[in-house]
Amino acid sequence: MQRLTRAAALAILLAAGAGAQEPSTEEMQSLDEQVQEIKSDVLAIAAELTRLEERLLYPSNSQLAVFVSIAEGETFRLDAMRIDIDGELATHFIYGFKELEALQSGGVQRIYTGNVATGAHRIAVSVTGKTPGGNDFSHTDTFDFSKDIEPRLLGITLAGPTAIELGNW
Amino acid sequence: MQRQQTMQRQRLRGRPTRLGAAFAGACGGAATALALLAATAANAERKADTPALQDLYFGEAIYYAHQEHWFEALERLDAELGQHRAVDEPELDSLYYHLREAEFDVGDFELNYRMHHRAGRAITAVLEGAVDEIVRNDAAFRLARIHFQKGQLEEALHALGRIEGRVPEGIADEIEYLRANVYLGLARPAEATEILRSLQGADSLRGFAEYNLGIALLEDGRRQEAYEQLARAGMVESADEPALAIRDKSNFVLGSLLVEAEDFSEAQVYFNRVRLEGPFSNAALLASGWAAATGQDFERAVVPWSILAEREPTDPAVQEAKLALPFAYGELNVHGRAAVVYSAAVNAFGAEIEKLDASVASIREGKFLDALVREEIRKDKDWVIRLRSLPESPETYYLLELAASHDFQTALQNYLDLDDLRRRLASWDVNFDAFDDLITLRRDFYEPQLPDVDQEFRALDSRMRLRLEQHRLLEERLDSMLVAPRPEFLATAGERSTSEELARLAASLDGVETEEAAALRERIGRLQGTIDWALRTEYHDRLYVFDEHLGELAEAIEVLNGTYESFVRTRQAALHSYEGYETPISRLRRRVSDALGEVNLLMARQGHVLELVAIDELNARRERLETYEDQARFALADSYDRATQARAEIPVITAVRPSDEGP
Repeated sequence: MQRLTRAAALAILLAAGAGAQEPSTEEMQSLDEQVQEIKSDVLAIAAELTRLEERLLYPSNSQLAVFVSIAEGETFRLDAMRIDIDGELATHFIYGFKELEALQSGGVQRIYTGNVATGAHRIAVSVTGKTPGGNDFSHTDTFDFSKDIEPRLLGITLAGPTAIELGNW
Repeated sequence: MQRQQTMQRQRLRGRPTRLGAAFAGACGGAATALALLAATAANAERKADTPALQDLYFGEAIYYAHQEHWFEALERLDAELGQHRAVDEPELDSLYYHLREAEFDVGDFELNYRMHHRAGRAITAVLEGAVDEIVRNDAAFRLARIHFQKGQLEEALHALGRIEGRVPEGIADEIEYLRANVYLGLARPAEATEILRSLQGADSLRGFAEYNLGIALLEDGRRQEAYEQLARAGMVESADEPALAIRDKSNFVLGSLLVEAEDFSEAQVYFNRVRLEGPFSNAALLASGWAAATGQDFERAVVPWSILAEREPTDPAVQEAKLALPFAYGELNVHGRAAVVYSAAVNAFGAEIEKLDASVASIREGKFLDALVREEIRKDKDWVIRLRSLPESPETYYLLELAASHDFQTALQNYLDLDDLRRRLASWDVNFDAFDDLITLRRDFYEPQLPDVDQEFRALDSRMRLRLEQHRLLEERLDSMLVAPRPEFLATAGERSTSEELARLAASLDGVETEEAAALRERIGRLQGTIDWALRTEYHDRLYVFDEHLGELAEAIEVLNGTYESFVRTRQAALHSYEGYETPISRLRRRVSDALGEVNLLMARQGHVLELVAIDELNARRERLETYEDQARFALADSYDRATQARAEIPVITAVRPSDEGP
């Protein structure tokens, strides 16, 4: 009986032992390869489509793209952001945990792509959230920028709950 | 400026990696815990030395990568790299500052997106290029890691062999850890042991280096040393979940080895060290009970099995505990209690068999695949677990258990990826119609206006060219006056007209030799002299005014030129807003349609495989449960008999225990 009991125990251990993996079947391998190929194809289509969309919807002479990042080390909680351009709502975004973490880890979010005429413009950036101390904050800053015939990239850096900075790129 | 500097101070902080799990998949077996915790930690450390962010689109790719949106991350990074390679002066491109990082990252993203075939191409290109020693060594390490993940161990070892000289700060341990794991994968435990010994205590590898050394020793046949090493690995202190999990695993494996060596009481010590909540908890509780039972200590066996029997009933360890627990009660001669628990087990197994039947039936009806792609569920990171708890969804009761199978995982991931591709392609397909509408609207708006606009423009264009020519001549005149003074150029219109009239009068007196004519000539000369005098004495003042006016004119011309160019651009933009899209849209529409067809086909095939794997697994589970149920029924009857006998004070001779068929 002891031998049988041990066998049962070992069978459990083997089943539970991490990493015990079965080899894939040929069909699964073949399918896996085909899935990889179609991923490549779709990525290529996506790239071409993005170029086409950009040309069609956001031609370079009027293109404006607004990017958002959070300064290194900042731990405040960003809940939402609103962007107004020349007094009109351009976009607003509510941040979930993953988006916020991605920003705090050095990622840069393209929050808006649109079109503006060449010349002088004004952008208003409004943020709401919670300070590291747990207090609610809400803050708006306004910046002037100009647009010429090249695509215009604006980088908004949140250097603190009430410190919004605009960089030219 | 300060704002920009602040933005540029942004660092690319620690990139996410799921290579930990992937590593575990590469070598397989219970032998190694091949997590790349170290890689993550060292990556984070290394990123501190990366240049300030210069390329927003690269930052955008990183943003998506941190959210594990690998498709978007790859799309952005591919596009950025493609553009960078196409520019004539790459050193002026903003990605230039992050090129190496981008080439390394694209490999990581491809791996995470399960595109193993493509992964490594960019890194190989770096390795083959003329780069400095540190970058080359970094590339070689990353390439080795990719080969390792693909299961190409010899290639991984070859890539590691290319590392010579200085290595990037923070990855020296990672390199050696990877080398040790490759040796383990190649069944060269002695070499792995030697390396792993040197990595003991490395912070970034806490728990993993210790555990793997134990396994390497075991594989090298040094059993006693392996036990001691695994015991050390099972005592590692850490607050990190991965390190705690590997500590649990060390204790579990050591306990299992001691059971194998028939040292049951010692085995229990290590099983008991496994945390009650963790990936090895159920298995450890079950094994702990068996270790005690095998040592005839049934009272002790009851404790872990009682805990386990109350847990999630679809877990195989829990199911076995439901049978093992009454067995222990029987061995303790508590037959009444055993009968009650056997009865509960029979009911539980019956219920689980019903669930399994319902699951299989539901899968055959195609509901399983529908459930897997429910978008609202997949937004939750624990979606596999949540799926199981959905009411009236028998197709997903056993999903979590199925997900433990490698075949199932591969099939599931591919199916989900295909579903994601299908959604994208379907949405693009709709976009094309919107593009067509947009282009038609633009054409209808611009085309009727353009002929009139063009006609007016041509008239304005010829007038403008005339004025531009006049401006050019005036500038030439100013230039010539700066070389040699030409006062006559600065005469006013009245002076020019008077001079011409005087010249005409003087000409009319040619050949007339009278006193009156002589007097007239003298008067004409005086008058011309007055004009000349004014021209010469006022020359500098006039030149200054002329220069000022010419400057003002130049400004006006500049505005004119700007307006002209703006018009031309706007005119071109209007035309380009609807011209030239037909071919690319039609080509893309065809490609999307073809790809969608292929994705649908692959999804159907992949879904079928998934269903087959699931049904096979569930049937196997059902067979085992049927066996358990039969054993429980038999043991239940036996327990009742014994309980009755006990009440009648008839001594019990034998006990019934579950068969030794393991899961």
